[in-house]
Amino acid sequence: MAMTAPAAALLSVRGVVKRFPGVTALQGVDFEVRAGEVHCLLGQNGAGKSTLIKVLSGAHRPDEGEIRWRGEVVSFGNPTAAMRSGVAAIYQELDLVAGLSVADNVFLGHELSTAGFSRRAEARRRTRALLDRLGHPDISPDRDVGRLSVAHQQVVSMARALSLDGQLLIMDEPSAVLDPDEVRVLFGIIRELTAQGVAVIYISHRLAEIREIGDRVTVLKDGRTVATGLPARETKTSELIGLMTGRVLDNVFPHRKPVDPAAPEVLVVRGLADGDRFAGVDLTVHAGEVVGLAGLVGSGRSEILETVYGARKAAEGTVEVDGRKLRRGSVGAAVRAGMGLCPEERKSQGLLLDQAVYRNITVSSMSAFARFGFLDDRAERARSTKLTEALDVRPAGVDRVVRGLSGGNQQKVVLARWLLRECRVLLLDEPTRGVDVGARSEIYELIRELADSGVAVVVVSSDVEEVLGLADRVLVVREGRVVHDGPADEIDESRVLDLVMEGHAA
Amino acid sequence: MSEDTAAVAAQQQGRPPVVRQSGISGLLGSAAGRNTGLVVALILLCIGGVVTAGDRFADVDNLLTILRLAAVIGVVSVGMTFVITGGGIDLSVGAIVALSSVWATTLATQGIANNSHWIVIVFTALVVGGVCGLVNGALIAYGRVVAFIATLASLAAARGLAEIISNRKTQIVNVPGFAAFFDASVLGVPVLVVIFAVVAAAGWVLLNRTTFGRRTFAVGGNPEAARLAGIDVRRHTVWLYTLLGLCCGLAAVMLIARTTTGSATHGGLYELDAIAAVVIGGTLLSGGRGTIAGTVFGVLIFTTLSNVFTLNNLSISAQAVAKGAIIVVAVLLQQRLARRSGA
Repeated sequence: MAMTAPAAALLSVRGVVKRFPGVTALQGVDFEVRAGEVHCLLGQNGAGKSTLIKVLSGAHRPDEGEIRWRGEVVSFGNPTAAMRSGVAAIYQELDLVAGLSVADNVFLGHELSTAGFSRRAEARRRTRALLDRLGHPDISPDRDVGRLSVAHQQVVSMARALSLDGQLLIMDEPSAVLDPDEVRVLFGIIRELTAQGVAVIYISHRLAEIREIGDRVTVLKDGRTVATGLPARETKTSELIGLMTGRVLDNVFPHRKPVDPAAPEVLVVRGLADGDRFAGVDLTVHAGEVVGLAGLVGSGRSEILETVYGARKAAEGTVEVDGRKLRRGSVGAAVRAGMGLCPEERKSQGLLLDQAVYRNITVSSMSAFARFGFLDDRAERARSTKLTEALDVRPAGVDRVVRGLSGGNQQKVVLARWLLRECRVLLLDEPTRGVDVGARSEIYELIRELADSGVAVVVVSSDVEEVLGLADRVLVVREGRVVHDGPADEIDESRVLDLVMEGHAA
Repeated sequence: MSEDTAAVAAQQQGRPPVVRQSGISGLLGSAAGRNTGLVVALILLCIGGVVTAGDRFADVDNLLTILRLAAVIGVVSVGMTFVITGGGIDLSVGAIVALSSVWATTLATQGIANNSHWIVIVFTALVVGGVCGLVNGALIAYGRVVAFIATLASLAAARGLAEIISNRKTQIVNVPGFAAFFDASVLGVPVLVVIFAVVAAAGWVLLNRTTFGRRTFAVGGNPEAARLAGIDVRRHTVWLYTLLGLCCGLAAVMLIARTTTGSATHGGLYELDAIAAVVIGGTLLSGGRGTIAGTVFGVLIFTTLSNVFTLNNLSISAQAVAKGAIIVVAVLLQQRLARRSGA
């Protein structure tokens, strides 16, 4: 914040190197964090951000370099030691224990006790105070953490960090799982904390957020600091992207061709309802058209997509591909009819992480490579190699294990799976989540090319800019209903946000 | 450890590890390379056998005995490899072997076999085993009962049913042709061993070269991703348990031939032996990775160990302790390797 006087560094990192067997993940990281500032870490996937967080929070020990905490050289043996000193990391995958209460989670590992007996009332009282401080008196200390929303779980994680008098919070893409409203609340919390002198290391792929909440920026590339201490608001986007990628990006979204009005209707959904989250959904997608579904997390947009695909069973309504009605609740029927889904959770729903790239690509088209059930894996490799080359999956090599690829390249592998099947309808749920800026535009390009070749595409995204930039037509979903359906160039971002949040603000 | 060293080498160039397995080189690579640890363990055991028991161990008849003993549990273990690779577990295999052996040797079955052909015994055992597997699979896939619980229930039920049918008596087989067929040798190799070899080879091909095998890896590695990729995960799960049931039926036939009896006590603790062999062979208990060659080595190691201990007049209890130690060491080694290649 501008009002924070340049104080002595709370945390200073010098020449930190971290090696793993065969790989040097960090090869010289330097930066300083001052009390009361929001320090943003930027970098593409694989730049070393996650490793750096783990080093700072005590999960990994650095091989070289020094970390000074309040002026003294420290070496945190484990995350608990770091937390006791006041450094706490809040990970994307929140490390809370479902089934335990909010208060139990906040004091997990440092339970309040007297002579071995836990002091539950005291823990509840202190949890209450911490939640108040975080602006969330609505969360009860007795609730089961597993039943809280993701946003509230994040608040509990923060309360946990503060329960040990945290002076530095490290937040790894906290906004990725939040909708715009919740992000606003989060930013409010961060501002209050920094006003109290707490420092925050904030990691995000969204430059707009960094401008809004950040004070200074450090950019990492290939495990090295390429720039540090840049002013978050004044530094140009092109400069930041240039630092991250080593190249300059201008127009992120590909050019749209007008959709041929005579193009056949490929996907027709009528009156779809799941009896719970959404109802009365009508959706028609023509060949060559990209339809965007905008809506908040929890508005039912992902559920709609999964139900169209048959991964969830519809209670009412029909789904037709090329005029043929699909059996309800059968992914197999959808895939045979020419549908493909790139799911929201790429790692847990989309990929066989420990298997080779080519096996992930051919998994939906195995019969094309099999004779009497015997697979021709030479042909599988050859076709996969062609596809990965066309999509520029890096590093090259279809025998690599998918786990080792970055988010963007993993997404390309999922896309290649459906390219191979030459599907008619492609459903994409958050296609660029966890994908860095460089690979993002490549994926947009690819989606557009697919549409131009006659595929009907449906894109779900929390990023309104993405929906508007990519889609020909936009549907806005609110509380399980489609509240708007119209061409993308006749609506702007603020109107979409209005529609999305109408009724929420009240 | 060809794959592990390849992975480390790849990482030294800052790249993700590579899995490669193709043709004959892949077969050799997976049999001799990935299983170096197991081969070394087996060789050490054999050296131990020669040193302590001398000619009594290094005797062709003794070696064939080891193989004959390995054959029955081996067939079960090959089936178990599929189920575990597919992300499941089956505790009922021993009980299914017992039930199959009993059902295939009742007076009624033997009567029919005597009047027609001994193949009736084989057929009965396979059907009983297959149906048991089918029931397990359906319970797990469509009834959504956790595999551990579903097969624990089958264990109790199948063993109990075997006792009821046999009235807890050992049923002696007296069908002409049956014993003769299974006691024979092909080029000096006992038929039981030949069956094991054929099952292992067919299992290897099925797991590594067919869509069925590929689906097994997918279902075990990430069932949700497999489902969203269009694989019918539930139907595949039923097939996996049915396949294991058939293996149990075949093992029952082999056991009937070896002991000339059917009994409700057959196949005691086979579930533990089979799971242990599969796990020390390198198949991941959480699914998604499996190796038939490793399983075969696992079976041979345990059987050889028993043999060496028996030749040295060491008790069954001592064998059990040694088995336990081997399992722990193998799993610890596996974890270290996994961490090194996964870091």
